[in-house]
Amino acid sequence: MIAFSTLDGLVAPLDRANVDTDAIIPKQFLKSIKRSGFGPNAFDEWRYLDHGEPGMDNTKRKLNPDFVLNQSRYKGASILITRENFGCGSSREHAPWALEDYGFRAIIAPSFADIFFNNCFKNGLLPIVLSDTVVDDLFEAVEANNGYQLTINLAEQKVTTPDGQAHTFEVDAVRKHNLLNGLDDIGLTLQHVDAIKAFEIKHKSAQPWLFN
Amino acid sequence: MAKTLYDKLFDSHVVREENGTALLYIDRHLVHEVTSPQAFEGLKLAGRKLWRINSVLAVPDHNVPTTNRSKGVAGIADPISRLQVQTLDANCTEFGVTEFKMDDVRQGIVHVIGPEQGATLPGMTVVCGDSHTSTHGAFGALAHGIGTSEVEHVMATQCLVQKRSKSLLVEVNGTLGKGITAKDVALAIIGKIGTAGGNGYAIEFAGSAIRGLTMEGRMTLCNMAIEAGARAGMVAVDDTTINYVKGRPFAPKAEQWDAAVAYWRTLQSDDGAQFDAVVQLRAEDIQPQVTWGTSPEMVVGVDGQVPSLDLAKNDVQRADWERAYAYMGLKANTPINEIQIDKVFIGSCTNSRIEDLRAAASVAKGKKVASNVKLAMVVPGSGLVKAQAELEGLDKVFIEAGFEWREPGCSMCLAMNADRLEPGERCASTSNRNFEGRQGQGGRTHLVSPEMAAAAAVAGHFVDVRQFV
Repeated sequence: MIAFSTLDGLVAPLDRANVDTDAIIPKQFLKSIKRSGFGPNAFDEWRYLDHGEPGMDNTKRKLNPDFVLNQSRYKGASILITRENFGCGSSREHAPWALEDYGFRAIIAPSFADIFFNNCFKNGLLPIVLSDTVVDDLFEAVEANNGYQLTINLAEQKVTTPDGQAHTFEVDAVRKHNLLNGLDDIGLTLQHVDAIKAFEIKHKSAQPWLFN
Repeated sequence: MAKTLYDKLFDSHVVREENGTALLYIDRHLVHEVTSPQAFEGLKLAGRKLWRINSVLAVPDHNVPTTNRSKGVAGIADPISRLQVQTLDANCTEFGVTEFKMDDVRQGIVHVIGPEQGATLPGMTVVCGDSHTSTHGAFGALAHGIGTSEVEHVMATQCLVQKRSKSLLVEVNGTLGKGITAKDVALAIIGKIGTAGGNGYAIEFAGSAIRGLTMEGRMTLCNMAIEAGARAGMVAVDDTTINYVKGRPFAPKAEQWDAAVAYWRTLQSDDGAQFDAVVQLRAEDIQPQVTWGTSPEMVVGVDGQVPSLDLAKNDVQRADWERAYAYMGLKANTPINEIQIDKVFIGSCTNSRIEDLRAAASVAKGKKVASNVKLAMVVPGSGLVKAQAELEGLDKVFIEAGFEWREPGCSMCLAMNADRLEPGERCASTSNRNFEGRQGQGGRTHLVSPEMAAAAAVAGHFVDVRQFV
């Protein structure tokens, strides 16, 4: 997994609540057996005017001029700010894969759906919860200022605005450590092989029917 | 200290716990073709094996066609879908995983076949790379959806890295009215707490109305826990649970059965157990529900109307509702029972079990699908549900009424196969999500119970099913 330490990035606004994972990456792209290449189809139904299917040359498709991320001022954005319950719906990890492949490294919202939130950490994508008021202010600032950037420091758990205002955010200590160091969860868990085996023996003797 | 059912299930699976993060042992891992190929590939690249092969049960469901299955996998018209199903078959063969392949009568939607086979048991931890894994909580199991990285993690370690959720008790007391189903209860709960209401929580559904539900009903309810934002939903074990499990192929037998039952009977929240939050509904207040918008929380009773903007709670919701009116092609204050439909879908992991089909058939029996309805389809949840329905003659009831009777799979719940809505088409659907584009780009989904879907098919528009029963 790619490590995440600090990020100075252009911010793009997506002013909608309850953005679901079907919107982030529509189902037809889930037929892929790979874990890369989803970026050009992130937000496909909002982003393009035609209907997208796997295998199309996305550079030739007509962009929807009304979709905010298509505005030239947000080109190259690596931080997305959005509204409550971002990533609700399906557990498809293709959603964080698509966002990461698009170029986002961090997403700021007042709240996230649980499974999506969890999936982000497995992919070097940092979901940050800030209060409704702070998010409101950030939306205003992004819309008012071309090229609006934020600085994110994971070690210090801070989002800093261009005028030096710092907003702290919470992040679970284990997730923070793994993300800072780009650690693979499986490798970490396998350090506890003996504990897993010991548990399994005990569990099997208590509930043998689980092992039939 | 008095424990909740969630605490009991969580505690009994903790391998180790440090700083609030636990390594949780997983008893059952269900696998389908969409979220597993990258996990199998990851194992292969790292040279890892499956930790416990017999904990895994696999089935293709999302991509499978619901018509003309005589040619098997080779007959899947879309080459990308075909490759995904073939990849599951190849991975299961390579790793030695039990798979119900497309031509197996036991094939079906992963959340239907797990319980049907007794592969889902009370007291288990169950995971699947699919958000509707919450379904299995109906058995007094701790069950939730995971992403593909976690699928790989469980395959390699039999464990999941987990933090404890907060606990939410949703209590529904009283008696549900005639024609009111578990689906209506689920939608009424989501209407009350919102799609983010359960974020961070595991929900336990309790109360006399929940006790009165069959296992099929409890599965419908727990299935929709994720639409309320909760990763897991659960119902305590009782006689209904135990009677359902008994005799199923993967269920314990002989002396193991008695030991299992004795343990399962402890799987309920202790008296005095503390929940972080409690929500209560009165069963008598629940009407047949119909969603009007693009989120399951945009829902009203069938005798209601599309809400007007002055009822929105804030600017963000007002903007959401305006987008939903436009997408759904509806105006504020339109009565629900005046909304005409183009298609009807009865199926999905929410509502495709035998009881759902019986209920829909009882409404459709002796009637005809209305002339404005272009397609009404019934997609059984599994090959065994289909066989049972045919034994009972339900297929004939549907076909005579003008419904199409299909092969099992996820079908038009998410339209990964050929079954989908065309832009602008409006559908009465027994599935779980009415998101934009969910059933096909530009498609307009209204979530309802199987009875309400059958009634809408016959009337050509939404109608109160209580006129039929």
